[in-house]
Amino acid sequence: MPSLHAFANPARFLKIARPLTPVLLLLGAALVAIGCWAGLTRTPADYLQGETVRILYIHVPAAWLGMGGWSGIAISSLVFLVWRHPLADVAARAIAVPGATFAALCLVTGAIWGRPTWGTWWQWDGRLTSMLLLFFVYLGYLALAQADRERGGDGRIPALYGLAGTVLLPIIRYSVVWWNTLHQGASIGLTRSSIDGAILWPLPFTILGFTLLFGAIVLMRMRTILARAKAEARLRRKARPAVVA
Amino acid sequence: MTAKNQRLALALLAVGAILAAALLALSGLKDQAAFFYAPGDVARAVPPPDQAVRLGGMVQKGSIRRARDGVSIAFVVTDGRATTPVTFSGIAPDLFREGSGVVAEGHFNADRSFTATNLLAKHDEKYMPPEVAGRMHETTTLED
Repeated sequence: MPSLHAFANPARFLKIARPLTPVLLLLGAALVAIGCWAGLTRTPADYLQGETVRILYIHVPAAWLGMGGWSGIAISSLVFLVWRHPLADVAARAIAVPGATFAALCLVTGAIWGRPTWGTWWQWDGRLTSMLLLFFVYLGYLALAQADRERGGDGRIPALYGLAGTVLLPIIRYSVVWWNTLHQGASIGLTRSSIDGAILWPLPFTILGFTLLFGAIVLMRMRTILARAKAEARLRRKARPAVVA
Repeated sequence: MTAKNQRLALALLAVGAILAAALLALSGLKDQAAFFYAPGDVARAVPPPDQAVRLGGMVQKGSIRRARDGVSIAFVVTDGRATTPVTFSGIAPDLFREGSGVVAEGHFNADRSFTATNLLAKHDEKYMPPEVAGRMHETTTLED
């Protein structure tokens, strides 16, 4: 019976991850390059913001991956807590660094965008503040996962933290609906967008491209974590007879 | 109920409880977490002059008056329910214009007008090239 546990075997995972990594990496880089080139040269400027609007092609994927990364941590944490799936713990820890990086990239590009359009680098409005909180929650996760590993924990405490942090995702999403904010409302819905097609079309390229790059980074980090665990286990086995003798 | 199902139910219950608690806290926070007041929010009770507040809304069309000193401007902020006259001395952001969103930092005066110490421009979620915008919005040119 094919079950979730078919993928719990690290050897089987590595067999898929090893060839998949360069594919994701190259495809992602190509899509990002096409999207950035088109976004810089092939699209018109905005009627109100002028050329500044082009930072959209980086800011939106960064925001998507900052939040998507935490969704990944939450799902992995749930799978780890419920099904005790060892790879889920590895995945959650592998996602945290790129997730935090993209959340930071979202904040930085947002500040660079905000200065010429809104007239400020930073304001404590609902959207900006909740996104900054997500970045801090990422940092907390990294510290907690590291501490848990060092004291020989089984990963359950970071997994609980990963589940609890999910609470920020709907807050970020709906902050612009619930409160008066400086940040504008959502431009892109499931079926429609208030961004004109002429400006919008490179955006799917950079969103998909950065997502594939994110996937490649996660796979690389998962392989690193597995390799380190293997090396540590081998060292422990080697060290044991010496201690006994 | 197997141990696995028990853990699943427990985890989902915990997430649900945390979400519910957060939503409850946020709904209690609702007005305090707002970034600015709209003119309609303060129509009944104007905050005292010594309280620093933000006022946000649309700059009413045709309301911007520039003073002779070159840096002072006066305009009217509206949210469709009420209006507030605002005065400001300084450099306004590029996107500050009539019919567009603005957030003014400053304080209310006794006569319900607002003195701004800083202006922020707020734009909406629409992005379009100038040709498309030209078809949708009335544009004014210098050549009459």
